[in-house]
Parts: sequence; C-alpha cells; structure tokens
Amino acid sequence: MRKVLRALALGAVLVFFLFPIFWIVLMSFQTNEQILRLPPSLLFTPTLANYRALISGHLVTAAGVLDITFLRNLGNSVLLSTASVLLSLLLGVPAAYAFARFRFRLGEDIAFTLLSFRFAPPLLVLLPLSLYFQDLGLNDTYAGLIWVYQLICLPLILWIVRGYFEDLSPDIEYAYQVDGHSWGQAFRRIALPLAGPGIAAAGLLAFIFAWNNFVFALILASADKQPVTVGALAFVTASGIQYGQIAAAIVLSILPTLALALYAQRWLVEGLSLGAVKG
Amino acid sequence: MSGLRLHRLSVRFGRSLALAPLDLEVARGEVVVIFGPSGAGKTVLLRAIAGLLPEAEGEIWIGGEELSAQGPERRRVGMAFQNFALYPHLTARENIASPLRARRLPPAEVEARVGEIAALLRIGHVLDHLPRALSNGQKQRTALARALIGRPEVLLLDDPLRNVDAKLRYEMRLEFPRLLRESRAATLFVTQDYREAMALGDRVAILREGRLVQCAPPAEIYDHPADTAIARLFGDPPINLLPAARRDEGGRIRVTVAGAALDVPALPPGMAHFRLGLRPEALIPLPTAAPEALSVRVIAVTPLHERTVILGHAPDGSEIVASLPRRDVVPGEILHLRPDPARLLFFDAESGERIAAHTPLAEAVS
Repeated sequence: MRKVLRALALGAVLVFFLFPIFWIVLMSFQTNEQILRLPPSLLFTPTLANYRALISGHLVTAAGVLDITFLRNLGNSVLLSTASVLLSLLLGVPAAYAFARFRFRLGEDIAFTLLSFRFAPPLLVLLPLSLYFQDLGLNDTYAGLIWVYQLICLPLILWIVRGYFEDLSPDIEYAYQVDGHSWGQAFRRIALPLAGPGIAAAGLLAFIFAWNNFVFALILASADKQPVTVGALAFVTASGIQYGQIAAAIVLSILPTLALALYAQRWLVEGLSLGAVKG
Repeated sequence: MSGLRLHRLSVRFGRSLALAPLDLEVARGEVVVIFGPSGAGKTVLLRAIAGLLPEAEGEIWIGGEELSAQGPERRRVGMAFQNFALYPHLTARENIASPLRARRLPPAEVEARVGEIAALLRIGHVLDHLPRALSNGQKQRTALARALIGRPEVLLLDDPLRNVDAKLRYEMRLEFPRLLRESRAATLFVTQDYREAMALGDRVAILREGRLVQCAPPAEIYDHPADTAIARLFGDPPINLLPAARRDEGGRIRVTVAGAALDVPALPPGMAHFRLGLRPEALIPLPTAAPEALSVRVIAVTPLHERTVILGHAPDGSEIVASLPRRDVVPGEILHLRPDPARLLFFDAESGERIAAHTPLAEAVS
C-alpha cells in the first residue's frame, strides 16, 4: 500500500515537472496554427520549420520576413556562462580553500560579505551598475557582463566548495607535505582532486544560474551581446507571439545545460564515498 | 649529533599552553615512547616536530641541523598519523611511494623499494588497492610503510595501533622492535597503552597537561615512578598506595602501615606522614603472622597466568592487591604479606611526588 502511494506521489511530481518540458518539445515541432487550435491535439504532422527559421535566422511571419539572431544569442550564452564559471572557479576555489583551512582576521566577515551578494535583488544594484559601467566603458562588453556574472557564480562556488574542503581531513594534506611535497603540491595533488566532485557540482550549478540569468544582460548589453534568455524576447513580434519558435528556442537552449549535467553526473557521484581516513 | 634534539620546544594556542618548554634528545635507532592520557600534548609534540604547527616555538635539531624555521617537507621526518591519513584517490602502492616520488627517484628504484617494504610489512598483495578497499590493519601497515620508506632521520608514530583490532595490535607490538631497529631512525612513538610503552620504548617520556613529568627507561619508571599518578598508570594489577606514618623505636627507623610495622634503612628527616607505594608483586607471603607482615583477609582471587592475584582487606580496612606465585587461595583466608623492604616507594602525602628514601644510587641514574 505504501509502495503504491509512493509510486503515485512520485508519478505526480514527475508529471508536474516534466510535462511542461514534454509539451514544449511537442510545440517546437508544430506551427503556430497547430499550437493555437482548440482543443489542443497530440496528433499533428511534425514540422522542422521552427528550427529551420532559428538556424537560418530568417523568420517568416504574416507581416513579412524578420531577421533573428538566435544562434548568436546561443553563442553568447555559451561564452558568457563558460567564461564566468571558469573565472569564478579560478578565483573561488583557492579562496574557498583559504576560508576552509586558515583562520584569519575578518575571514568570516569576508566570506559572509561575498555570500550576501546573493541576497541583494539584482534590480536594486542594476541602476548604479549601469551608470558605473557607462563611465568605465564596460557597458555592452563581454568583460563587463562576465564581471557582473561573478555576483551570481562566485558566492555559489565559494560556499559550496568551502564545505567540501572542510570535510577533508587536513591530516591527508599534512601527510603529503611530510612526505616532502610543498604546500602548493599538496593543494594541487591532494586537496583539489579530493574536492573534485564538489567543485564539479558547484561549477555546474553556477553554470546553470549564469545561463538562466536574464535581467543583467537585458540592461547591461545590447542585442549582439545578449544571451538566449534575453534573445527569446525577439519572438514577441508586432504580428503576434511566435510560440513555435519560442518552443524550439527553449529546446535548443536547454540542450547545452542538459548535456553538461549528464556529462558531469558521473563526476558528481564518484568520489563522494572515498573513505579518506579510518572508517 | 645525528637523530633528534629538542631544546625548549613549546606550543601555545592563544592563551593556553599546549606544550610547556621541553628538552629531549633521541639518538638514531633509539625509541622514545611518548606516554600520557588524552589531551596531554602527545600529538601536539609530534606535529610540532613535523612542522605542522606554526604556533611551535623553540629549537628542533634533526640530523645536526636546526630546522624549526623549515616547512614539513624539509625536515626529513616520517610520520604515521593516528587516523592513517592515506590518500584516498591513490593506490596503496602510490601512497607508499609518495615520499620517494617527492624526491624524484627513478621509477625502477621506487618500484624496488616499495616492493621491499611491502614485503616486510606483508602488504604486497594489496598494493594495487585503493585505501577504501583495505582493512584497518592493512591501512595501518600502508601508513607505516609510507612513514618508513623514505628512511627518515626522525620517525614520528602517532598511536599507530590505536585503530586496529586486539590481535593485530598484539602482533604488531612484537614486530615493531625489529621494524624500528631496522629503520635506524630516532623514533617517537605515541601511545596511551602502558604495555605498548613498556614493550617498545628504550625510554618512556610521560606527558601530563603539556608537561614532561618523567623520562626514563621503562624499568626505571616502573621501579621509581616520579609520582603516585605515574605509579598508578604503570602496572597491572595496580600499585597499592597506603597512608603510612613514621614511628621510630629504639633508634631504629620504623614505618607503620595498615597494621604492620616495617623497619626501613633511611627516611628523609621531618617526614611524619606520607604515602607508601607497594607493588603487588613486592608483597611476599609468610607462613605465619609477623609484626612486619600485613594480615590480609582475602576477598577475591583471580588467577593470572603464572601468578595468583588477590584482593583483600588489611585490619585497618585498606584494600590491598597482591600478586603471588601461583597457589590455592580461598576468599576469607588470612594471608600474611611482608612488603619487600628493598621495593618500598615513598610519596609525599599531599603532592604525590616520590621521595628518595633509601636508594640514592638509583636517583643518580634517573
């Protein structure tokens, strides 16, 4: 009885979360007319017109041919998210190690301040930020966006990875140093590989957060630097909302994160049960 | 001098003194057991020597060089941690090879030396396993192999037998003397087990609350403990500590204890009351009652190997433990036990410190 209820509950949760994705995938193979008919039907002749439009960059609507920059947006998303996460890892992992291993003056305060970047509503900081950016010449540059994305990625990576470093017994690194290795070698060859799964998880999460960001890029960048989240706005046209293309765009923009998550999955699971010290 | 020499080594964490300034010399090939209860500063001492505590102060001489300003990688020590601290992502082979890899030895030599030490410690068949696939005993041997393989000047073993089962602990206690002798390092061996201390140490250094309270060969510690606490820690069955008083009679120095009156050769002047330490095996059974014998009514009897250990009450109610040559004793029986005058230990009634009474020569040794 319990099992049945459990299965039902799980099924309900799965339907709740997966059905929209399933529907979006169906929509991406339909024309706008098929999508909008009432009642909706699962029976339709699939069309690749939406994908063709996205990839060729020409959107044919009732009002005429419209140029869209979806593929460029997708490229921007990949570039911005990847660069932001790499920079965050470069800065955040050593910082996380320092916060985990060493007690220093104001250490906790600095760590908390970095976390507090996540508390502020983005809209609150956007106006001053865009003014600064205009003065600094960072408005509408990749560098500027990547910098702002650190507000999203850095605290996330810092706090997740710090927890992983704290779970590692410092004795393992000490043992490596006593063996005759320098402190830096102990960090690179012992601490980093052992915190690897945590670093991968944090990096993946930061990537998804960066990928999904909308408002920073909307305000701070113009069309040719904007990621897919902002680019999808282009489908709301004067002649109507292009549901088919939006669905296809969503499917295409989910794919990179999905692929990354599937790829990273084995790293996430592996190594968490290494049994570093006595059982 | 080769080996290890510590001069006024101390460790202070904030305002608390974890290790009071300490002097110690350990020659190559010598084993000094660091003995003491938890929190006595044993691990702190080892870590200070290894260079893992920036809070350490004082001089650390290793192989004739003062190395207290150097990092752990420069100190030529080998260390086995109590929790093993193996590298979980490397095989046992790579764990053991780590000190040699650090010195960039040619792979063929690394391979040969790992094989050699693994054979010595009987872990050759598990070299390709990851630490998580090893039993506790194999982990312990792997950690030990890693500490030994670099042929360090100083070997620091932090309670290496703590986390292994009783049988293996016993076997390793027998193997250690040979292993340590072959390593030819100045060895510090931390333990909380007095049997290990007695079995392995050329000398035993007793730490208490961060202070070195006594450092001497095991037999010396057993025969002449610095105070009552050490006297209690070393010895099983435990020492009898009885209140005693000086009652001189007819020009002879006499001590009364638990209803008996003992003649002693000498006592420091002015000592009226003190505590008398009697080792259980220093009580000699007499066939009949005598003034210098304690009359003990037996309460419990435990055969222990070749001896019979009894617990009894003296006429004044003091509990007495005695270890006698094997014989039949029944509870309720009265035994007449004469303390061996050569093995009496005198302790200050208040401080518990031992008072040199009758063997000034033995004092000179310690």
